[in-house]
Amino acid sequence: MPDPAKKTIELRILRYQPGVDAAPSFGTFEVAGAENMSVLEALQTIKDTLDGSLSFRWSCRMAVCGSCGMMINGEPKLACSTFLRDLPPGPVTVEPLNNFPIERDLVISVGGFVKKIESIYPYIMPKEPKTVEQGPYRQTPAQLAAYESFSDCINCMLCYAACPQFGENPDFIGPGAMALLQRYNGDSRDAGRQKRLDTIHGENGVWSCTAVGICSEVCPKSVDPANAVNQNKTNSAFDFFLRFLRKE
Amino acid sequence: MTGPARDNRSISPIFWLLFGAGGMLSALFGPGLILITGFFAPLGVGLPENFLSYDHALAFAQNPVGKLAVLVVVALFFWHGAERLFLTLKDMKAGPSLLLKLCTYGVAAVVTAAVIALLLAIGF
Repeated sequence: MPDPAKKTIELRILRYQPGVDAAPSFGTFEVAGAENMSVLEALQTIKDTLDGSLSFRWSCRMAVCGSCGMMINGEPKLACSTFLRDLPPGPVTVEPLNNFPIERDLVISVGGFVKKIESIYPYIMPKEPKTVEQGPYRQTPAQLAAYESFSDCINCMLCYAACPQFGENPDFIGPGAMALLQRYNGDSRDAGRQKRLDTIHGENGVWSCTAVGICSEVCPKSVDPANAVNQNKTNSAFDFFLRFLRKE
Repeated sequence: MTGPARDNRSISPIFWLLFGAGGMLSALFGPGLILITGFFAPLGVGLPENFLSYDHALAFAQNPVGKLAVLVVVALFFWHGAERLFLTLKDMKAGPSLLLKLCTYGVAAVVTAAVIALLLAIGF
């Protein structure tokens, strides 16, 4: 009986070096003893033993850092928490995340995403600033529960790779940034709600969403960004009519 | 701190709220209306006699509150369906946005105008 630990698995990996290669193309690698490896471990094995030029991002190996998002057999996944034994038999296809420019091989350009994160004021803006002597801002468990799930986002961008509307319109603020916006707008210690809402009233804000919901399906941390988007469609819609009653 | 340029406020909230209101109404009343008008009335079971007779229906539609009910149910159901179809067609890249809007929101707008006209035409 063949030893499963010795099983060889074929990986088809999209290779591309802008400025050098005319177009992206697949390279094929055979990884021995890959049965119990994650896709990330297989990539590391390739880099260590077969082709040192293979480029990919990774850090924590435990689905916390959000660095190793990539398309595995066409689906956005974290390479570290996707195991080869769980994938269908046959070659495994690995590509950089959809909808992003390729920097090199599996490394994508994240500049646009970072700008979106910055644009929604991703920090608590307290109602009244407190000095250290005045003590911490207190919060009840119920107040924590109101936003806690949205704070689990690890910025892996799998939701952006899955979102058809982000694919159509790269200026769409997208699911991840909306989840982060809701994380702060739902926080009882925060007073920046209106300022953040005012960043998403346009077509590139919350209104590009067509409620496909696949962002929440692919999220490795169960953040449910589609829920954040929907809540803010409601908030933005009420603001559309109630803005005239608001005291500026 | 700078981010992406802010774009103008979208008018999507109007259609989205009509969609939401229609969705709520259709979930609450849609199944009941289908049961009554699609099954009970044609089969002649489960309803008081003459419940959906022409005279009864006309009297209902001539009453101001009845008119409002007819308008709200018909128009909002259409606005709900229009938004749902528009977003689906947009996802499928079925055509330019303006054309898709005309084919979906346009139909709902025409139906709404027609219902208002007919309700006024049959008098009070």
